[in-house]
Amino acid sequence: MISQLRPAIVLSLLMTVLLGLGYPLAMTGLSQTLFPDEAGGSLIARNGQVVGSRLVAQGFSGPGYFHPRPSATDVDSGVSGGSNLGPTSAALLKRVTADVERLGREGEGARVPIDLVTTSGSGLDPHISPEAALFQVPRVAKARNLSPQQLHDLVRRHIEGRSLGLFGEARVNVLALNLALDELRPAGDNGAR
Amino acid sequence: MSSDILLFIVYGVVVVALAWPLGLCMARLFEGGRTILTPVLGPVERLVYRAGGIDPQASQHWTRYAAAALAFNAVGWLILYAVLRLQGFLPLNPEGFAGLSPDLAFNTAVSFVTNTNWQAYGGETTLSYLSQMAGLTVQNFVSAATGIAVGVAVIRGFAGSDTAGPEARGLGNFWVDLTRATLYLLLPLSVLFALFLVWQGVPQNLSSYVEATTLEGARQTIPQGPAAAQIAIKQLGTNGGGFFNANSAVPYENPTPLSNFAEMVAILLVPAAFTFMFGRLVRDMRQGVAIFAAMGILFLAALALTYGAESEGNALFANLPIDQASGNMEGKEVRFGVGESALWATATTAASNGSVNSMHDSFTPLGAFAPMLLIQTGEVVFGGVGSGFYGMLAFVVLTVFLAGLMVGRTPEYLGRKIEAKEVKLAVIAFLVMPFGVLVFGAAAATIPMALASVQDRGPHGLSEILYAYSSATGNNGSAFAGFGAATPFHDTLLGIAMLLGRYAFIVPMLAIAGSLAAKKKLAASAGTFPTDGPLFVTLLVAVVLILGGLTFFPALALGPIAEHTAMLAGETF
Repeated sequence: MISQLRPAIVLSLLMTVLLGLGYPLAMTGLSQTLFPDEAGGSLIARNGQVVGSRLVAQGFSGPGYFHPRPSATDVDSGVSGGSNLGPTSAALLKRVTADVERLGREGEGARVPIDLVTTSGSGLDPHISPEAALFQVPRVAKARNLSPQQLHDLVRRHIEGRSLGLFGEARVNVLALNLALDELRPAGDNGAR
Repeated sequence: MSSDILLFIVYGVVVVALAWPLGLCMARLFEGGRTILTPVLGPVERLVYRAGGIDPQASQHWTRYAAAALAFNAVGWLILYAVLRLQGFLPLNPEGFAGLSPDLAFNTAVSFVTNTNWQAYGGETTLSYLSQMAGLTVQNFVSAATGIAVGVAVIRGFAGSDTAGPEARGLGNFWVDLTRATLYLLLPLSVLFALFLVWQGVPQNLSSYVEATTLEGARQTIPQGPAAAQIAIKQLGTNGGGFFNANSAVPYENPTPLSNFAEMVAILLVPAAFTFMFGRLVRDMRQGVAIFAAMGILFLAALALTYGAESEGNALFANLPIDQASGNMEGKEVRFGVGESALWATATTAASNGSVNSMHDSFTPLGAFAPMLLIQTGEVVFGGVGSGFYGMLAFVVLTVFLAGLMVGRTPEYLGRKIEAKEVKLAVIAFLVMPFGVLVFGAAAATIPMALASVQDRGPHGLSEILYAYSSATGNNGSAFAGFGAATPFHDTLLGIAMLLGRYAFIVPMLAIAGSLAAKKKLAASAGTFPTDGPLFVTLLVAVVLILGGLTFFPALALGPIAEHTAMLAGETF
């Protein structure tokens, strides 16, 4: 084993330089050149100010915005994590039951889509299902004084289908939807003029 | 539903279509042949040998080969431990994270050197960019390359040469295998894959965390970092340790369904290629295909169970006014849904990868049963790069031994006699898993200090312990993440389990290979049991299931199976 020490030490150091510095730094340079937007975190700016990332959920809570899924972490802290509650956890059943009751009041009797009462794996899921977006239309319409039909159309324009008809599930990006909602009628403007 | 099934079929076709040619390329690479990258990387390769004082022509006896692997991993552990402890004083630390505690640094360093990549830490809240790059990324490469090297060496022993002589007893040169696996296989694949991931939206930068002002006027922190480069090798090298806490569920690690599909392919690519490389190296492709078939059958069975259970959803929600058509979504991402989460969970536990795109802790009891069993059977269904294949060879030795017992003849495999020595060594290797899971797991389940880490009550709590010790001993790295593993007790015991699972398996497997390499090849006779047909494949599948399943069934009955019946009875804990 002693005779193997020299190659062990030399290779470890060489590999650290090559793979630990050379490779990631070269990839950083290449990525910044080829895909600067994506390499920089797919950030979205409005009026010159960063308002979030296309890929990270934002903790919307006001009635005038579409809400993301519940999160086991503090969404706006950027720290990822799931609830990790098991399927027979009493805490899980209690949380889901309470959320269903709350949402049932605003959903006009429709069954609550499962993704609106379950936390995601990352806690930062930027998407909701099309059903979950449509479910929230009555509340948002009322808060913004918009017709439900307008919002239905808005949601439908924001549905992303399966990639190549095969990969992934149909979904709506909540931040993109809310940005478009602000375009349609700025928050705080209730249309009363 | 039908689109999920179609996706599973496309996945299988793509994995085979890529793994077959890659396996043939790997065979040429490890036979010492030139590759298309030799003109570029040849000088680097020769520099490595010269600086390390390595004679690339010298073939090593199995003991020397094992010593080289252990020495290299020991030095790697020391460097990684030092980087993690000292990160507070080192550069590229924009968030100013302090050094890790001794037990967390021990656990994390062991975890990455043994290709486990268990995360007792949360990346975005614990590690500097330098620790991620010069610490974790390096071990992502070289722990995978170590597994590949040992896998190749074991295959050389089984393939042997036609004349047993002193020169035939060597298993190759560890330093050469390690260097070639890194330079010509893992590095080029990672460069291509990293760029693909950035294109899909995975960040690759050295910026400090972004502060955004949300539409509602709140402050939002968005972690950044050189993620893509690490995630590429994390999947290709069956490592699985995430750049971010919640691993591949985090959109920054796995932003789109397309990145998800590519990462799932990357998980199985090299392990599947090993079966075809084996076929080429033993000059009988049917032998490789037979092992691939056995692995494929076990994979499909596990996928069917996980997918079926997750699609059903949580039975406890049945009386609530919920639309549960999309299945059990607790801990899952909308862009993947149940289909791609179930496929990922199967692939990551079949291979010893351990990355997750959904939280296994929140799977239905039967949905989590199959991944847990895949780990406990030793991750021989494709398995880790190299390690999955030599793990399966241990089961092959036991299978031909059992077949030999049935017909009363000395068993043979690939023209070499399998005798008491090889069978004993294979049994030692097999026993590592039950030791780590059942002995260590029992300790964790009875010591009050250890029990405090369990999050859920009832049978699910036992599942959390079982999963943790299975994952560590199997060098998988995925977790029932509600289990609070970051305590000095579990950091240490899980660290020891990882070391045992890696090295107490590698050494007996190299010993078997060394023993076989010294044996003369026999001509096949009428009494030779063919190891390339459906009968052998069936027998091999049965041996994996019976040995693995029976060993762990009592524990599984108290965990996931008890939880399943409780769930159906409407019980919560």
